[in-house]
Amino acid sequence: MAEREQIKKQAPSRSDGEAVEEVPTTSRRGDELKAELDDLLDEIDEVLEENAEEFVRSYVQKGGQ
Amino acid sequence: MALAKVLGLETEYGIIVKGSAEPNPIAASSALINAYVAEISRRVSWDFEDESPGRDARGFAREEASPPEVETHLVNAVLTNGARYYVDHAHPEYSTPECSTVREVVLYDKAGELILARSVEAAGRLLPPGQRLVVLKNNSDGKGNSYGTHENYLMDRAAPFAGVVRHVMPHFVSRQVYTGAGKVGCEATGSTRESVGFQLTQRADFFEEEVGLETTLKRPIVNTRDEPHCNSQKYRRLHVITGDANLSEIATLLKVGTTALVLSMVEDDWYARAGAKDLTLSAPVAAMRAVSYDLSLRRPLALADGRSMTALEMQWEELDLARKYAEDLGADAVGGSDAGAEILRLWEEVLTGLEADPMSMATKLDWVAKYRVIDGYRERHGLGWNDPKLALMDLQYHDVMPARSLYARVGMERIVDLRAVEAAVTEPPETTRAYFRGRCLQRWASSIAAANWDSLVFDLGSDPLRRVPMMEPLRGTKAHVDQLLNSVSSPAELLERLGS
Repeated sequence: MAEREQIKKQAPSRSDGEAVEEVPTTSRRGDELKAELDDLLDEIDEVLEENAEEFVRSYVQKGGQ
Repeated sequence: MALAKVLGLETEYGIIVKGSAEPNPIAASSALINAYVAEISRRVSWDFEDESPGRDARGFAREEASPPEVETHLVNAVLTNGARYYVDHAHPEYSTPECSTVREVVLYDKAGELILARSVEAAGRLLPPGQRLVVLKNNSDGKGNSYGTHENYLMDRAAPFAGVVRHVMPHFVSRQVYTGAGKVGCEATGSTRESVGFQLTQRADFFEEEVGLETTLKRPIVNTRDEPHCNSQKYRRLHVITGDANLSEIATLLKVGTTALVLSMVEDDWYARAGAKDLTLSAPVAAMRAVSYDLSLRRPLALADGRSMTALEMQWEELDLARKYAEDLGADAVGGSDAGAEILRLWEEVLTGLEADPMSMATKLDWVAKYRVIDGYRERHGLGWNDPKLALMDLQYHDVMPARSLYARVGMERIVDLRAVEAAVTEPPETTRAYFRGRCLQRWASSIAAANWDSLVFDLGSDPLRRVPMMEPLRGTKAHVDQLLNSVSSPAELLERLGS
């Protein structure tokens, strides 16, 4: 709870920039997660559809609800 | 006391035929569903006839049937798990059966994913060589076209709707921090796709009004569709259209669970009784996007009274309020004390994690999982956010086929058992009227001419069709009808016993 209060008192970011903001990465599990991510990224090209540009262009939906 | 929340989710899936020169999404959706019902399930069509209801021995109210809500020529099936599986707005749509706990909603939502995957397999065997169906559980094509995942909550009609609007609005805006399924780029009117690299939600770009009846254009944050599919004197069905299609089970549980708690607190006037802070936003529509575009989760939102709070701070207020509510009045409205405790525990865990480090939620929440893998790929290959490879990864996160799904590869935590999901593909929930619907379909599909949320229509051959109304969502449960169903050997006998 103390930690939560502390974070709440921090000055909030008032950046109005439109670019993606950095996500803080201070987790204790940071290294572990990074290793898992590296493994995943090593193999991900085998899973992805072959022609990304063509696939993305052809994925057009009629609007729904 | 707040009404027990009967719950359900409807999901419109995205669909394309890869390798087809002239793809037709309505035909593809129909082929998908027809292939499934032909191969795997027995088919009963959805009922659009407005016949006069018959008498009912179990005390269901007499009422006129609901009017048709979609075009009758499209495929429309009722499954033995009590769900509805149909074509709507050029998308295959799966509506879960009525559920009485949040966990059950997660289970039947996951069963829906399995049904769609099996449909892709079944339809794939019928497609010409070189063609393949791709079905995605998402809400946007990345080109400005959106399709919905709608939540349904049974409410007490006596609760003033103004109070519902006032309290759900800040919740729908701020809950996005855990309900978001993540999206590469931006599709808001007047923006460019590149103006936002990655955002928390699929849907925030598409809301233009605060309150209204529309669902396909000028979408409102609070939808006023008033079609309860049950006794409309007693009940209202709150139809929520702001949510994303979640693959994360924890996100689905929280999306529905926290909202059910908020609605229960409204029904019990808990906001006034507990002296809750007024979280009314000064500009809710802009706030939907501001929250979705803020990956730091630190940007303050202006409130109507001049203060400002972040979405996380608003969620902490709601959680504290809900915790006191459950302590003082119990959690019967959301499925009892264990179900309530689980929602509150996960709610706190997720807020704590998001506040300390959003990336710590990478195996719990969709937007974080998606961001982590896409941003990792972007960094490794030095790509810009507008690279088609990243847009592809965004889409493929949602593929219903496990072999292609990125969701299936990012180590997400599960909270429902796979065998239970498998069973939920064919077995109805036991604690709502979906039980009666599902069991009758399992045993007598050939004698059921049509089904609807609030009735079943039997065709016994020579006689006129017989309608059995089901106007009470919490009647027709296993406890109510199992003995009756087990004691009859034919639909004629069932109807005789029911006095129809």
